[in-house]
Amino acid sequence: MIHFAPVMLFFPLLGFLVLVTFGRRMGEKASGTIATVAIGLSFVAALITFLGLLGQSNREVTENLYTWIPVGSLHVNIALLVDPLSITMCLFVTFISALIHLYSTGYMHGERDATKFFVYLNLFVFSMLVLVLGNNLLLTFVGWEGVGVCSYWLVSYYFDKDAAASAGKKAFIYNRVGDVGLLLAMFLIFDKTGTLNYLDIFGHLGSFTTLAATMAVLALMLAAAGKSAQIPLFNWLPDAMEGPTPVSALIHAATMVTAGVYLLCRMNPLLSLSPDGRVVIAIIGGATAFVAATIGTSQRDIKKVLAFSTVSQIGFMVLAVGTGAYVAAIFLMICHAFYKALLFLGSGSVIHGLHGEQDIDRMGALRKFMPITFATFLIGWLAIAGVPPFASFWSKGDVLDSVYRHYPALWVLGIITAILTAYYMSRLFFLVFTGKARFDEPAADGRPAIHDPHESPKVMTIPLVVLAVGTLLVAGIDLPWMHAHTLKAFLEPVFTTNLYDPNESSGLQIILAAVDAIMAVIGIAVAWVAWRNGPDRPKLEPKFLANVWYWDNFYDAIIGRPGQRLAQEAARADVAVIDGAVMGAAAVVTKRAQALRRIQTGQVRHYALFIAAGLVAILVFLLVKAFHP
Amino acid sequence: MITHVAISPTSSSFPFIGILIGLPALGALVLALLPRQAKQAIRWTALGVSVVSLGVAVAMAICFKAGNDGYQFFTNHSWATSLGVSWMTGVDGISLFMVVLTTLLVPLALLGAGEHRRTKPFTAWLLLLEAACIGSFVSLDLILFFFFFELTLIPSYFLIAGWGGPARAAAAVKFFLYTFLGSAMMLVGILYVAFTHEAQTHVLTFSLQALEGTKFSGVAGVLLFCAFTIGFAIKAPIFPFHTWSPDTYAESPIGAVIILSGIMAKLGTYGIIRFDLGIFGHASRVVAPVMLTLAVIGMIYGAIVACAQRDLKRIIAYSSLAQMGFIVLGIFSFSTIGLTGSVLLMVNHGIITAAFFLLIGWIVKRRGTSNAGELVGLQGPAPVLAATFTIVMLASIGLPGLNGFVSEYLVLIGTFITHRWWAVVGVTAVVFAALYLLWAYQRVFHGKAEGANAATKDLSWGERAVIAPLILLIVVLGIFPGPILHRIEPSVRHTLTHVSTNSCAVGSHCATQSMGGSK
Repeated sequence: MIHFAPVMLFFPLLGFLVLVTFGRRMGEKASGTIATVAIGLSFVAALITFLGLLGQSNREVTENLYTWIPVGSLHVNIALLVDPLSITMCLFVTFISALIHLYSTGYMHGERDATKFFVYLNLFVFSMLVLVLGNNLLLTFVGWEGVGVCSYWLVSYYFDKDAAASAGKKAFIYNRVGDVGLLLAMFLIFDKTGTLNYLDIFGHLGSFTTLAATMAVLALMLAAAGKSAQIPLFNWLPDAMEGPTPVSALIHAATMVTAGVYLLCRMNPLLSLSPDGRVVIAIIGGATAFVAATIGTSQRDIKKVLAFSTVSQIGFMVLAVGTGAYVAAIFLMICHAFYKALLFLGSGSVIHGLHGEQDIDRMGALRKFMPITFATFLIGWLAIAGVPPFASFWSKGDVLDSVYRHYPALWVLGIITAILTAYYMSRLFFLVFTGKARFDEPAADGRPAIHDPHESPKVMTIPLVVLAVGTLLVAGIDLPWMHAHTLKAFLEPVFTTNLYDPNESSGLQIILAAVDAIMAVIGIAVAWVAWRNGPDRPKLEPKFLANVWYWDNFYDAIIGRPGQRLAQEAARADVAVIDGAVMGAAAVVTKRAQALRRIQTGQVRHYALFIAAGLVAILVFLLVKAFHP
Repeated sequence: MITHVAISPTSSSFPFIGILIGLPALGALVLALLPRQAKQAIRWTALGVSVVSLGVAVAMAICFKAGNDGYQFFTNHSWATSLGVSWMTGVDGISLFMVVLTTLLVPLALLGAGEHRRTKPFTAWLLLLEAACIGSFVSLDLILFFFFFELTLIPSYFLIAGWGGPARAAAAVKFFLYTFLGSAMMLVGILYVAFTHEAQTHVLTFSLQALEGTKFSGVAGVLLFCAFTIGFAIKAPIFPFHTWSPDTYAESPIGAVIILSGIMAKLGTYGIIRFDLGIFGHASRVVAPVMLTLAVIGMIYGAIVACAQRDLKRIIAYSSLAQMGFIVLGIFSFSTIGLTGSVLLMVNHGIITAAFFLLIGWIVKRRGTSNAGELVGLQGPAPVLAATFTIVMLASIGLPGLNGFVSEYLVLIGTFITHRWWAVVGVTAVVFAALYLLWAYQRVFHGKAEGANAATKDLSWGERAVIAPLILLIVVLGIFPGPILHRIEPSVRHTLTHVSTNSCAVGSHCATQSMGGSK
């Protein structure tokens, strides 16, 4: 059963190939069905593989398919590594993907190019599975870039809209900057160990000096910063919300953006060699979590709030990695995949119900109009806010617990961020679902009134319900305080260097958990006081936060505009200086400046003659030298 | 005293190489004799000849023995014995795929370029160009090589001057002047090498394999290296010898520019691998830091300047400059991985750039311009054109799974092992490549198409059939590069032995370290 691993990849690939070939003839409905079934089957295959793995004592199985790049000592195979970490990822990725595919058949109904949407979506799932199943860094990189390019296509899906086109490009470029890090890390690791296979790398860690290990870890962190939207590369993710909402849920919340965390966790034996590197990771994660949470408090676009929330939550995961709490990072990743997919799909349902409106100023009272969306969103909200006994209380609690033990200063930052998280999510929830309706009269800027908000069709609400149930149950896979560490025990063989053991002191744990819960309540309470009646009064959205700490403006000023000027100047210099020098030199050499000028006026024949003469001279020289050496 | 004839050529009963040079040349002659009005006959003859050549080249590739580092299908007919010049030809893993690629691109260029006024001379020149390019790749005699290398200039000059854009005359002359200037220096270099060899062995020969044993003093070696390399650097082009290429690529007819950028440019880098590394091993090592630096500058500079271009053809011209930088970087990494990557990149870049120019040609055919400023939103009316362009673009950016990535990756990782810092700086080029291509794509294909842009026709079935082989290769070579790598690597290893063992300057201490040949 373990050999079912390639089947997981087969179905999305098949779906992609079928849709890319016949999609346009089959139409929207058939395409959506095929795409959804393909991913559903992939989930079944993942489940079978998982059961097969459970039945094995050796839980690191390599499925070799063929040799991809064989040159010299570089031997890269297309091979899958089925181990607890990869199968855990596969399970939640395929499960959530299948639900989001189903949801999309409703959400994308009537869109132009809906078949193309499913082509990209299936290719995305295939790439994501390659990313997590690859048994070597280069194959992971294949998936890494594959999900990146799918993200590019899907973000700029509405390509005739300039904002969407630019956002897709921005996402790709920011990710490319991160890719430089992954490439350099690969080069360094190959140079030190002579291999790119994960298991072989871990067998040759002895050849790393601390400095080399730190360089490699920092390069990996750069890669993770690009893909997982961390400082300094986080600001592509909010722009990526230009894509259709299912894409935001799948790619920009549940799966792709966690790839950086996956990569760092996968490389945990290397991370263990570099305490300095881990400090940097922890600081980046903590800072990102905090910065993104502050920005999340002041956004007015429902999807942007969720986008910054995602950045912030991934920051927590990265922070966990920095403390060596790899299981906690994966635990939070899985929980987050459920509740954030739920929240994004819920926001999609809201947007759908309001005919495209995304401004939370223009919502309110939707609990009356969209009861299922409301109920499921409620669960997602409680889960992310960290209210016991919902998901984030356990998973984020785990992370903060580990942070407290390693970096107390970052724990304080984490606690503040936890308050902010509860606050911005509650603000969002109250503005959208409670208070009085604000969508039924025209907006100040002329947007028309919306009269008939409606609940979404079943294909959309069923995934919401399933995800809501999943969100309620997911924390059960690893409840630290019940000593039922199912996930931790399962992942143990992969995380041999895990530095955080929640069994250490339960007294401290309970105090920390109580602090977490109190923080969640504080956040919710503040939001309740400020926002329950709508957005009229409180001045709680500073320009600095609403404008993302002016991060984009800053990059534009120090990189964007100077870069454009540099390109323009270089292009001018290429003609004036380099070409000028060459043409000038040619003129000097031939001492025929006059002729050159004439050439440029188009009198070619003079020049052809000149060349012929030169050819003859050289030929004569050749003959003379040959016969009289 | 011939010191070094390590290559054990295998000869073949079937004269693949003779046919591959002779058939297109003969085809050109036949076309010249056909009446000008017989357009259909001309087109079909040209197409037939080029397709048969492709078949022969593919057959040759199939018969080629993998794992063999020597020249195969070797022929040696002396025709000017007193001059030491002979018709000596053969292919190894480095030249094999360039020959195959040449025979593939010519029929695609004929088909993709569409109708031309004065079809007869156009197709005749194109076939002659094919013969000259193939001749250059298979020549193992320096004079023979030089003959073919120069011969490429004549048809390309006439193709540019006869069928190019408004500024074609100036572009053609600049192209000719520039590349010819390089060749002149190379000829002097060739003669000097042969006479030095003669002084050392009392044998006058231009045979590459014999001349590989020649010893030079340090200074002479470096000067000779430069004499050869300037010619090659111009042809490629390598920074700062590139300024002819944007004008030439922008003004040339599509049929010609496909061969110019796809094949002829590779003559430069091929020449460096075959002749510079083969004959001037020591000098190559001395000059390597300079070459690596020029390569990295080219990679980044080309990309930056490409960002500021408006014309798609010029963007691809500067993109090619950057790609050539990658190739040169891999060559002077002197590592098996890096050089193998370079050879593969020569093939891959030929495929990618040919596909780019075919597509740009078709855009020009529809819209009368390749200026990105005038093209908006083509993805709406022409989705297949856009999708095809996207695949080619992603291959050029180096997306894994497509062909460009494998070669680019090999170049960078090979260079990292032997010349770390050049690779570290060079790797940033992958960001820039994405920048200018995505930018161009957004301007041309994204946005709302209006007016003439909205009426842009999508690719016809004929056009899809022409570009399909290239798209197929882009995908297949990205997923299964193994068969090609197996054939390239032994020859690369052999070439690198010249850099490590045949590398002692006269009178200097001879270190016998291998230049990372194992990695």
